[in-house]
Amino acid sequence: MIRDQEFLNQILDTISRFVRDRLMPLEAQVAEEGKIPDDVVQEMKELGFFGLTIPEEYGGMGLTMEEEVLVAFELGRTSPAFRSLIGTNNGIGSAAIVFDGTEEQKQKYLPLYASGETIGSFCLTEPDVGSDSAAVKTTAVRDGDHYILNGTKRYITNASRAGTFTVMARTNPEIKGARGVSAFLVDADLPGITLGPVDKKMGQAGSTTCDVIFEDCRVPADALIGGKEGEGFITAMKVLDRGRLHISGVSVGAAERLIGDALKFAMERKQFGKPIAEHQLIQAMLADSKAEAYAARCMVLEAARKRDQGHQISTEASCCKLFATEMVGRVADRAVQIHGGAGYMAEYAVERFYRDVRLFRLYEGTSQIQQIVIARNMVRDAS
Amino acid sequence: MKILVAVKRVIDYNVKVRPKADGSDVDLANVKMAINPFCEIAVEEAVRLKEAGTATEIVAVSIGPKQAQEQIRTALALGADRGIHVETDARMEPLAVAKTLKALIEKESPDLIIMGKQSIDADNNQTGQMLGALTAMPQGTFASEVKVADGKVAVTREVDGGLQTVELNLPAIVTTDLRLNEPRYASLPNIMKAKKKPLDTTTPDELGVSTEARVNLLKVELPPERQAGIKVPDVDTLVDKLKNEAKVI
Ligand SMILES: Cc1cc2nc3c(=O)[nH]c(=O)nc-3n(C[C@H](O)[C@H](O)[C@H](O)COP(=O)(O)OP(=O)(O)OC[C@H]3O[C@@H](n4cnc5c(N)ncnc54)[C@H](O)[C@@H]3O)c2cc1C
Repeated sequence: MIRDQEFLNQILDTISRFVRDRLMPLEAQVAEEGKIPDDVVQEMKELGFFGLTIPEEYGGMGLTMEEEVLVAFELGRTSPAFRSLIGTNNGIGSAAIVFDGTEEQKQKYLPLYASGETIGSFCLTEPDVGSDSAAVKTTAVRDGDHYILNGTKRYITNASRAGTFTVMARTNPEIKGARGVSAFLVDADLPGITLGPVDKKMGQAGSTTCDVIFEDCRVPADALIGGKEGEGFITAMKVLDRGRLHISGVSVGAAERLIGDALKFAMERKQFGKPIAEHQLIQAMLADSKAEAYAARCMVLEAARKRDQGHQISTEASCCKLFATEMVGRVADRAVQIHGGAGYMAEYAVERFYRDVRLFRLYEGTSQIQQIVIARNMVRDAS
Repeated sequence: MKILVAVKRVIDYNVKVRPKADGSDVDLANVKMAINPFCEIAVEEAVRLKEAGTATEIVAVSIGPKQAQEQIRTALALGADRGIHVETDARMEPLAVAKTLKALIEKESPDLIIMGKQSIDADNNQTGQMLGALTAMPQGTFASEVKVADGKVAVTREVDGGLQTVELNLPAIVTTDLRLNEPRYASLPNIMKAKKKPLDTTTPDELGVSTEARVNLLKVELPPERQAGIKVPDVDTLVDKLKNEAKVI
């Protein structure tokens, strides 16, 4: 759903210009230094990029899902590290409060996320708990008007910048599965929280992940999101549904960027007396990439509109995540191939994107998990 | 102090411009449009004067089709206070624009008018100067620096020989050059707020201005593709070629 086309055009225009004129020229530097310059972080705060999905009444832009994926298409065109910086506040790091927080929690935290003053991170994954995320081992034991948290969370995006953590922890050890898990909104400066060293990754240099370790961390009872125990996993799944469409949108944007780079290269590079773009085997790679990226774009928009209309889109979101992230992997591979040896060299952006986009098939549910969700829903709906 | 800024809707500077197949005009179908870069610099300068406490109100004007309101909204998001849209589908030549602006100046009585030195569509570079002549206001064109104090504006101009500074009594007209400032990005919250800022509409008719064309557009075509250059071994050969082959000297 697009609330106001002219207004949306202006937002997309500002974002696409910022991406093109400000962020793209910085890509190589960020990859080299592994850090987004502080002034760019500040600029992104001032421009309102941290509050895209936070409701208007809490100082954000309140983008609808359709609007959000259109923005994601634009953000996807540059290094995913930039998107990752604002990604948690616009997604997994704030969404639990947006969906299921109490009014008090919303008033306290959402304006801070929207302005970027506070960065929110999302702590679900653990050393022994990945795809089987309902098996959360981190515990939260009630102690008077506090909960005591113990456990380790793994690969947590933006943890080193975070002011708050949305933490999934087991409040009821009697219930082994999802229903024993609750979600907490934990201030990062509480005693009992330590961060592991920053992880060394394959790509997306400039975005960071690390372990977050809770040792007898006393959290006030009102940190329980929504004020109800046992709802945490349901909250987490709602958060991920929206996140899956967002990542799909970013994948589409990245694919379109890769296709643009590959096409430009193919029209300039000459072999056998003509631009390689005129060789049919290269054309096949360009055409397949274009068609697949277009298919993903259509899927993502359709699913987003459906979600805006209030439909349950768990299946569609997983279809999008599965197709779009696998698609961008194929497109990145072809973009490298079209570049030939140059595609293996760090001088060309496709080399970096090839590594960067690999992540999209892994987090917020691996491709296999998306397949499982889709098929399980199919069987459920048919029986 | 009240500032009037003129903003024009033009093809985005990143778009590769193409003529229509029949050569009747530039092809605007499905082409991304944007605020003229020089106009954007004009808005930025006005906003800076307001932030510095020199200006109190900024009125952004655009003359053009219905969609030109988008460019006014951009100016409002950048910091202008209200907008005036003069709606017309006519092909507006510089003189018609200058006359329209003159009519608005009579209504609004701004102390300073800031506009781009030219628009990147037709690159005429005439409107500011014509407006100066029509209103008898002093003009500082190609500004690279603007300082307002004591009822005067000092404008540093980029001229062929270097820089020239002129001091003008207000009200005055300033046209912006590229180096005057670097426009900011409109922040998303400001884009949202701009939705609620007032935007009035009028027409050239209501302002009593004729939009009649004085120039006939005969044909639009791409410039011929440039031939590759050659290297010559010495000056003598160069002179010889210029004389006998190119026949330009
Ligand atoms: C850069 C990065 C950032 C991240 N950020 C965050 C974050 O901010 N917050 C957070 O909580 N987590 C985060 N994660 C964690 C991420 O969500 C998990 O890595 C992901 O869910 C996969 O879990 P795992 O790594 O434990 O893999 P595993 O679950 O161990 O999976 C290993 C392999 O087994 C497959 N597999 C697992 N179960 C099945 C099955 N039933 N059937 C078939 N195949 C199966 C998987 O698809 C995969 O191929 C991040 C990860 C990375 C790499």
